[in-house]
Amino acid sequence: MSNLNTAMVEKYRNDFLKEVEANVEEGDWVKMCMQCGVCSGSCPLGPHWEHPPQELFMMIRAGKRDEVLNSSSMWMCTSCYNCIARCPRGLPITHIMHGLAHYADRLGLAPKEQPTRKFANKFWDNLTKTGRVNELKLGLALYFMNGFGEGIKTALKMKDVGLGMVKTKRMSPMELLGGHKCKDAGGLQKILKKAREIELAKAEKFEG
Amino acid sequence: MAKKEYSFYPGCSSQKAASASNYQVSVQTMCDELDIQLNEIPDWNCCSASIGYAGGGELPRLALSARNMALSEQANPNQDIVATCAACWLATKETQERLHGDDALMDETNQALAEAGLKVKGDQNIRHMVEVLIEDFGYDELGKHVKKPLEGMKIAGYVGCQTNRPFGIDGESFENPKYLDKLVETMGADPVANYDKKVSCCGGALAFSEPEKSQALIKDIIEAAYDGGADMIVTPCPVCQMNVEVYQNHINQKYNTKFKMPVVYYSTLMAVAYGKSGKEAGLDGQVIRAKQLEDIAGK
Repeated sequence: MSNLNTAMVEKYRNDFLKEVEANVEEGDWVKMCMQCGVCSGSCPLGPHWEHPPQELFMMIRAGKRDEVLNSSSMWMCTSCYNCIARCPRGLPITHIMHGLAHYADRLGLAPKEQPTRKFANKFWDNLTKTGRVNELKLGLALYFMNGFGEGIKTALKMKDVGLGMVKTKRMSPMELLGGHKCKDAGGLQKILKKAREIELAKAEKFEG
Repeated sequence: MAKKEYSFYPGCSSQKAASASNYQVSVQTMCDELDIQLNEIPDWNCCSASIGYAGGGELPRLALSARNMALSEQANPNQDIVATCAACWLATKETQERLHGDDALMDETNQALAEAGLKVKGDQNIRHMVEVLIEDFGYDELGKHVKKPLEGMKIAGYVGCQTNRPFGIDGESFENPKYLDKLVETMGADPVANYDKKVSCCGGALAFSEPEKSQALIKDIIEAAYDGGADMIVTPCPVCQMNVEVYQNHINQKYNTKFKMPVVYYSTLMAVAYGKSGKEAGLDGQVIRAKQLEDIAGK
């Protein structure tokens, strides 16, 4: 269990709703859910979610902390925004799903092998390095995220897609040698570091 | 019409040798014809799209888009910010909404930006290129530039998600937006009526991490286009374009289908209809060749 997680369990005791409201992006909307289920019915990957959004909202109110934060469900959000567009109560459901996933990952409770968890973290690392996404490096990181052997297998399976992209000049092996970047990548990293510091200090201060 | 200028946010996928570089080629051609000048935001950065949330909390992600807005305010004041990528547009617009809705967030964002000597106000309009076309030009004006109408072609307008929700195009519905069909019509082609999967999700970034689940969605999108008699699919989104185009072989193997459906951008159609060459329209960027458009462009 991470230190942050222990601290949070200690701090909020049995009030998981309060913990979510204080620490999860747009989490203060959770209590507005009226359990109609339109979000779950509108979700393109909904059938694969162990706990669809309205169920997660009820579980938060019921204090099912581990079940929610260990869940793979919100990692299957495709960011299609159907739930936001259709929610009769106007809950920013997409953002709450992103927020829950981020919070679970920060506490070290998110399922380690969840593929989108791995990919999304690689995406963030990739873009913050130079300020711009390097699609080739990101793609290779994705293929090899489950080890070398499986990476070769995936790369072979995806060979035709890659060749198609290279032939049409929509991908270039040259991107491996540096590639596109922001001139002031250093400045950007300073901005991000400061933003993270402010965010952590704020979570620290919140008493609910 | 007088020249129109915009502060342009191209986004990562539009760069040279990136996945939507062909989109950028056709957009530039279309803009030249319409006398639009795109002033690129100097040193813009990635918006972290809708998959940056795992590593980035709310404030770091807002700071990414805020940096772009701050650079735009400096370099291109009094211009609207225009994005061609759905995710770039959405992330920037969301940032503006959050910053304007919460003074504390605005203040914290500016504290972060100050580390690089920047400051954001966030008062420039943030628009998708499609909005520029429809609102600043209009279908009639766009139609006046057509030199080679795309006659006899049937095209399924796949709007997808993020150009449509949560913001969408003013005056259009979330469930059945009509603008892409109207653009198709304006270029002289025939839109597929009642295209069943017009606003369905292609899986987005999860096409990479959850390929089987996403390809099931993509299969339905292509199938519905065939069912409507489409010769090709058109879309305003780089992720939709790539996802629906490049996995067709894999889908064919898995589902025993025979898909070979070209997927183009609205700007590809417009460049061809405006009489430009295949190269200027970015047709050489099609993994599945758009033969009918090549024929028209070659005439």
